[in-house]
Amino acid sequence: MFGRDEKPSQIRLTAVQYMILVIFLVLAYGLWRLQVSQGDYYSAAAEQNRVRNVPILAPRGRIVDRNGRIIVDNYRSVTALLMRDSTRNLMVDADEIASGLHMDPKEVKDKIRRFTYTPQYQPIYLKEDITPDEEAFIEAHKLELPELDTIMAYRRLYPLKGFMAHVIGYVGEVSEGMLNQPRFELYNSGDIVGQSGVELEYNDILMGKNGSRQVLVDSHGREVGKPLEEKPAEPGKQLKLTVDIDLQIAAEEALGDKSGAVVAMDPHTGEILAMVSRPTFDPNAFAVRITSKDWSKLVNDPEKPLLNRAIQAQLAPGSTFKIIMSVAGWQEGIAQNLNVQCNGGAEFYGRRFGCWVKGGHGQVDLTKAIYQSCDVFFYNLANKLGINRIAQYATSLGLGQKTGIDLPQEVSGVIPSEEWKLRNFRQKWFAGETISVGIGQGAVAVSPIQLTRAIAAISMDGRLVTPHVADPTGLPSNYLEVNHYNEVKNVPVDANGWTLITDAMSRVLLPEGTAPSAHIPGIDIAGKTGSAQVVSLATRAKHQNNEDLAQNGWFVGFTPRRNPDIVVGVLFQGGEHGRLAARLATEVIKAYVDKQRRQPTGLADGKPSSDGKAEIGAIWTSPDEHGDREKLELGHLAVALPNKPRRLAAAAPGLQ
Amino acid sequence: MARYVSFKDFDWALVGFVLVICTLGVFEIRSATEHTKFAGAHLKQIYWILGGLAGMFIMSLLNYHMLLERVHWMYIGAVASLMVVLIFGQKYLGARRWVKLPGGIHFQPSEWVKLILILAVAKYFAELHQRHLSWSDFIKAGAIVGVPMLMVLAQPDLGTALTYLPIAIMGLFLGGLHWKQAAVVLLLAGLAMPLAWHHLKPYQKDRLVSFMEPDADAKGSGYQVKQSLIAVGSGGLFGSSQESQTRLAFLPVPQTDFIFAAFSEGHGFVGAMGVLLLYFIVLMRLTQNAQTAPDRAGTFLVMGVVAVLTFHILVNVGMVLGFMPVTGIPLPLMSYGGSSVLFMFLALGMVMNVRMRRFVN
Repeated sequence: MFGRDEKPSQIRLTAVQYMILVIFLVLAYGLWRLQVSQGDYYSAAAEQNRVRNVPILAPRGRIVDRNGRIIVDNYRSVTALLMRDSTRNLMVDADEIASGLHMDPKEVKDKIRRFTYTPQYQPIYLKEDITPDEEAFIEAHKLELPELDTIMAYRRLYPLKGFMAHVIGYVGEVSEGMLNQPRFELYNSGDIVGQSGVELEYNDILMGKNGSRQVLVDSHGREVGKPLEEKPAEPGKQLKLTVDIDLQIAAEEALGDKSGAVVAMDPHTGEILAMVSRPTFDPNAFAVRITSKDWSKLVNDPEKPLLNRAIQAQLAPGSTFKIIMSVAGWQEGIAQNLNVQCNGGAEFYGRRFGCWVKGGHGQVDLTKAIYQSCDVFFYNLANKLGINRIAQYATSLGLGQKTGIDLPQEVSGVIPSEEWKLRNFRQKWFAGETISVGIGQGAVAVSPIQLTRAIAAISMDGRLVTPHVADPTGLPSNYLEVNHYNEVKNVPVDANGWTLITDAMSRVLLPEGTAPSAHIPGIDIAGKTGSAQVVSLATRAKHQNNEDLAQNGWFVGFTPRRNPDIVVGVLFQGGEHGRLAARLATEVIKAYVDKQRRQPTGLADGKPSSDGKAEIGAIWTSPDEHGDREKLELGHLAVALPNKPRRLAAAAPGLQ
Repeated sequence: MARYVSFKDFDWALVGFVLVICTLGVFEIRSATEHTKFAGAHLKQIYWILGGLAGMFIMSLLNYHMLLERVHWMYIGAVASLMVVLIFGQKYLGARRWVKLPGGIHFQPSEWVKLILILAVAKYFAELHQRHLSWSDFIKAGAIVGVPMLMVLAQPDLGTALTYLPIAIMGLFLGGLHWKQAAVVLLLAGLAMPLAWHHLKPYQKDRLVSFMEPDADAKGSGYQVKQSLIAVGSGGLFGSSQESQTRLAFLPVPQTDFIFAAFSEGHGFVGAMGVLLLYFIVLMRLTQNAQTAPDRAGTFLVMGVVAVLTFHILVNVGMVLGFMPVTGIPLPLMSYGGSSVLFMFLALGMVMNVRMRRFVN
């Protein structure tokens, strides 16, 4: 089968051998050329050869408010490095290095020792955020201490004291878990990305792209000659928010140290003018690298400072829910003709449900029930409507679902219904449970933004907007596709009902209403208070002094009562009474109206104030305690006014 | 048959030279990975070599005629295993080369397929008895190699696919390829170039471009070649005392693709020529075994191994010296890597196989 004869031609075999010889001679020639005839050239090249890729860091985009005032910026942070790829004995220099950098010499020596077994091309990071004089020290000693080098990074500069911390968010190094998610596929380990708030939501816009600079480094680690190649960095783009700093300041001051949230929104467009959550945290702690101790403290704090209560707290709305009940009742044709006698309580399904006024409100119709917040009226209304119809109207007004605001991790709240109870508890809904829903207790849970948006819709004759904190003009299309900033749904509300309800709400702040102390002369505010129980009244009575069980105060108000310019929602945790929340809200509304009418500055009507100065809200940078680093401060600037009333300049052609 | 076969006939000299090359490789791997995350790789290499030696001995015991008889089944198995990789393979570094087996073992069939191809080509040409190759034989031979080649190309793994080519070329050449047929092939290849360029992946195009002009992309594929040249050149006559390029990690992957560059840097012209000389001796020795083979099949078998070995050396050292574009082809016996080492020793086992039976009728 296999012929032994007919071996392949000997000539061909020999030819192959010669081919192989030729190949090897060619290779040998290549070796000769590189190593012998050009050996010196390559040795020199090896000496000079260290090509180092120095990244040119891209600054992150700034965040500004609706008027272009800077809220978040970057600052230049320099880190001192110790290069190890030279022949110098680092231990000998350690003392001098330590003194120049204001470090403990033992610490420097320890660091050097710890790095002995790592590859030489890895530098040691000696000290972060060095001061200008330490920078100068390194520069001045470039010859004596060539192993010292610096690397510059941009770090985020956030307003102090947690101002707007929840809306802004913070940045940090991208984690392993994040890298596995599809939206972070293109990022590398070590990149700084947003971790919460708009820093996270709009990270793609804010984050720039680092460039690089290729430099030759000689055997002493110094840069030699011009950069080989330079790819410029693409800075991040600026993000404009819809927030107004003046209003934000007013809202933050109003809420102060109290727990809760404030939301101020434009009901026409859904633009968020202010958003506060307390307690707050300092995002500057994250800007360098947060220590695990500080992080644990934040995460384990029972007050949950990292929680943005405006969008992440879901609590019983209390009496504010009565407005939604009113709309439901009117649309179903029940509420307009309902007249109830309130004697301080009523019985339903064998249980007694009390009214907050022990003696009762007397004869109550819809209007009175709203401004007096009569519980008995709404018990009756709830009983007549039934949970499913209540749920229908509540969801049509956006409750029980996310509003779609462009901030991460919004909660959806709960609007109970028969189907909801079956699905989640496998139990039938009992008619008796509907009664407490009528006054916003029981299984109902809303977030401040949801409630604000719902009331805004009612105030705008059924216009349900999508709240957003970022200005959509100028955003790239992929954001516009996902977030429907300008999406408006129309909820059918009968015009008569709308008029009656908003009129009733405007009486809430009058002497006959539930929050007369929040009234501000000269401003027509309509709203609704709410005091939501956290536990039953009986339990509360038993634990008289336990602050955690205190009721939550709610208030949502708007001005003017028809076609309002602004809606403000306040959650005052532990505030006990809605009227206290109302006072916070009206402070914010006053600030807004004053700004509209330009009251404090007096510039518009040309009248200087008594001392010739006016106050405007602003944010500026100033050196911190050590005098070397910049930080952002916010407050009021006093601006000198001209003595003569100024003539307004004639508009230049083409300008409005 | 076993009675006539004794280990006296084992080519101990060949084994000796091979082991010298392997030892040099192990030392170079050790020094190149000393302070890196690959430290300890040289120990793994020693295990691979010992495993390879065992495999070589076992391989030499089986009569190669037995293998040739079953080559049809093995060929089908090879094609099937390539098919499995194409369908179920894991993507790693952009290509589907492996299949994960239960137990966590990675199975890379393309190396086994090479061995089987050598056998298949040997068998095919052994059965032809004419002096010159007919067109149909030529095409059939092309198909035998071509089909697995295309399957590997589809992974996509251009580098490994190309290593199948020398087997075909050697077989055709020794089998009596007519110069007319050779001309046709070259013509077709020339016409197919633009088409092939179109189908190349971007990184492959990059490599070819930077091969033509290393400075065009100083920090990409051109970077590797540049660093390799500098490493080799700075070795001078006797080796560079600092060995800075390897030590400071400027030379990329010094323990695998660029091990020859690392060695040349450390041992200079003298050392590098020594290694080349060793390889040359090995190849000549192999060819001698081919000439003393008892039959046609044996000759083709050994020469197939010679072809693959030469191709690897040419492409790898050529790449290190800047003659050839960067490919992922390792330097046999020296580069760190189990599949390459195993393949070489098994192939040598087959050669031993043939040599040991050269006196058998």
